Amino acid sequence: MADLLRFRDDEPVDHPAVTVDAYLEQSNAAAVRIEPGDDARALIPHLDGLRLVEINFPAFTDGRGYSAARILREAGYTGEMRAVGDVLVDQLSAMRRCGFDAFEPDKPFDEEEAKAALATWPQVYQTAADGRAPIWKLRHG
Amino acid sequence: MYKYDQYDQAMVDARVAEFRDQVRRRIEGRITEDQFKPLRLQNGLYLQLHAYMLRVAVPYSTLSSAQMHALADIADKYDRGYGHFTTRQNIQYNWIKLEDTPDILADLAKVEMHAIQTSGNCIRNISSDHYAGATADELIDPRPYAELLRQWSSFHPEFLALPRKFKICVIASEADRAAMKLHDIGIRIVKNDSGEIGAAFYVGGGMGRTPMIAPCINPFVPLDQLVTYCEACLRVYNRYGRRDNKYKARIKILVHELGAAEYTRQVEEEFAHLQTQDIEPPLAELERISTYFAPPAFETGLSEEIDRSDPDFALWVDTNTVPHKAPGYVSAVISLKPVGGIPGDASAEQMHLIADLTKQYSFDECRVTHTQNIVLPHVKKADLHALWTALEAAGLGAANLDRVGDIIACPGLDYCSLANARSIPVAQKISERLSPRSAELGELKVKISGCINACGHHHAGHIGVLGVDKKGVENYQLLLGGSEADDTSLGKITGPGFDEAGIVDAVEKATEVYLAQRTDGERFLDTYRRIGINPFKEALYG
Ligand code: SF4
Repeated sequence: MADLLRFRDDEPVDHPAVTVDAYLEQSNAAAVRIEPGDDARALIPHLDGLRLVEINFPAFTDGRGYSAARILREAGYTGEMRAVGDVLVDQLSAMRRCGFDAFEPDKPFDEEEAKAALATWPQVYQTAADGRAPIWKLRHG
Repeated sequence: MYKYDQYDQAMVDARVAEFRDQVRRRIEGRITEDQFKPLRLQNGLYLQLHAYMLRVAVPYSTLSSAQMHALADIADKYDRGYGHFTTRQNIQYNWIKLEDTPDILADLAKVEMHAIQTSGNCIRNISSDHYAGATADELIDPRPYAELLRQWSSFHPEFLALPRKFKICVIASEADRAAMKLHDIGIRIVKNDSGEIGAAFYVGGGMGRTPMIAPCINPFVPLDQLVTYCEACLRVYNRYGRRDNKYKARIKILVHELGAAEYTRQVEEEFAHLQTQDIEPPLAELERISTYFAPPAFETGLSEEIDRSDPDFALWVDTNTVPHKAPGYVSAVISLKPVGGIPGDASAEQMHLIADLTKQYSFDECRVTHTQNIVLPHVKKADLHALWTALEAAGLGAANLDRVGDIIACPGLDYCSLANARSIPVAQKISERLSPRSAELGELKVKISGCINACGHHHAGHIGVLGVDKKGVENYQLLLGGSEADDTSLGKITGPGFDEAGIVDAVEKATEVYLAQRTDGERFLDTYRRIGINPFKEALYG
């Protein structure tokens, strides 16, 4: 996991993630992996004990994983949310906003580029899953 | 007009810096063309047949004179001295160099403009009624709602990799001048029985290869839930829109396959959830935005008289001005369709002139129409002759609004890499052939697309022309009976296609059938609807 970019202080889960179907059958696993076609909401009744959610991006152009991440954050999930697969540096800022706090890209990021990407937006227009106050809130207190 | 505050400016500036860095990394080979493509598209940059094309957003169609001057300067400095106004109320430049684009975006940012999300699989520029704030038939100016949604949709982190592009339109009158029901989301601002203002949502319309008219999925969303409701519509689409086939990926297919009732149920469920997530700006934000759209200080006690002694001027007044809500004023339409010209093209000099006239005669505001013309929304009747004289001198005085010469045409095979056939020369020939009979033919909307993607809105033309590829040869199908107005309808194909000369003849024949069959006061579309397609088929193929 040398190429893991992580914004958390807790220890990473050290066993592999299981599929959503497998997790729903044997919910003693602490790590699950969501594929683009999976319904993230199916996990909501079973969030206790879950410490790692991997969301797979087989192709960076498929944006379903952004909704999956936000849905789980909105449901109160506070464990690690890791984007894996075809994850590119130019998506980092949006992914952070959607609640991802760890990244395991197929091709490792350049450290400087990743830093720059994460600092893209001085402010934000929308409420999302990163707790940043949207511009309308700054305007109206 | 809306003015950026420090936040809006910082966001646009940040975008310029981001894209400058992305272009640098592309040129240095640090990212591949496949990786770069969605990034450049979301900054309005297409790769066309011969060069890059840059599409600049004109939010809800409104421009100031300073912005129009800046657009002209860009045409001069970075293009070949022309800009092309499009059916999406935007402007495109057809001869752009990749390495220049960060500087162009920086020039735009200086006048509070951008090219954000004018392309790509994301929420596109929000369009609106080009007579907003000027027309007597609107409930309220729709543009503050469009601006609210512009901010919400800009860089929305969840919706940057949608199944396909997503177009939103906001209007606030019964009359639909923006083809609202042919958008992914069409919003009509309405008043309910208790006199409250809200939004009717029409979802799943579109043109393209499967044209559909959007069904109304909610007749009244309260104003303080507008953003949340949009977010619910988008989330359902992002999760369940088809991604297996590009041609079935628009939301219209999802709504169609699920059925409007089931799609609505899913949206309502998501909406109920999202209402707990604090994503709706307070009404104070809408009020803040609305103050920028307060009506200008119209003069009172103006004369309604227009000196019609010059017949050319009188004709222009009759065709190219429309009534205004304030006494003594009209909205004047500057036609970008000179006979035989390229529809929607304007030279840098013409844009500078339009900018000056905008400042002098129209409270510093002009609009881009989806029919590829420019509107000066607030002109005193007393100023019309001076305005027309200046336009005439610059080749902008064509008196043909909604007439046969006011043709919509997409760029087609002259520029577009997706095209099957050229659109522009066909438009030029139809315009040359039929413009002499313009007065006789009355209202007649001709729309031409160079392929089935329908950027020229051929489905919605009274007469539509669609370019197709027939064994490697350009071929044109004729459609009749479309409309994008309140009585939205989709045109029907008459039969086998024609070559380039043949399609011009075919359009002429269709107009002859109309002239022979019309009864008093009927427009082409009315006659077609009354007599049906058969008399036209007989004339064309009989
Ligand atoms: S309709 Fe086709 S040819 Fe015309 S601009 Fe669109 S994609 Fe290009």
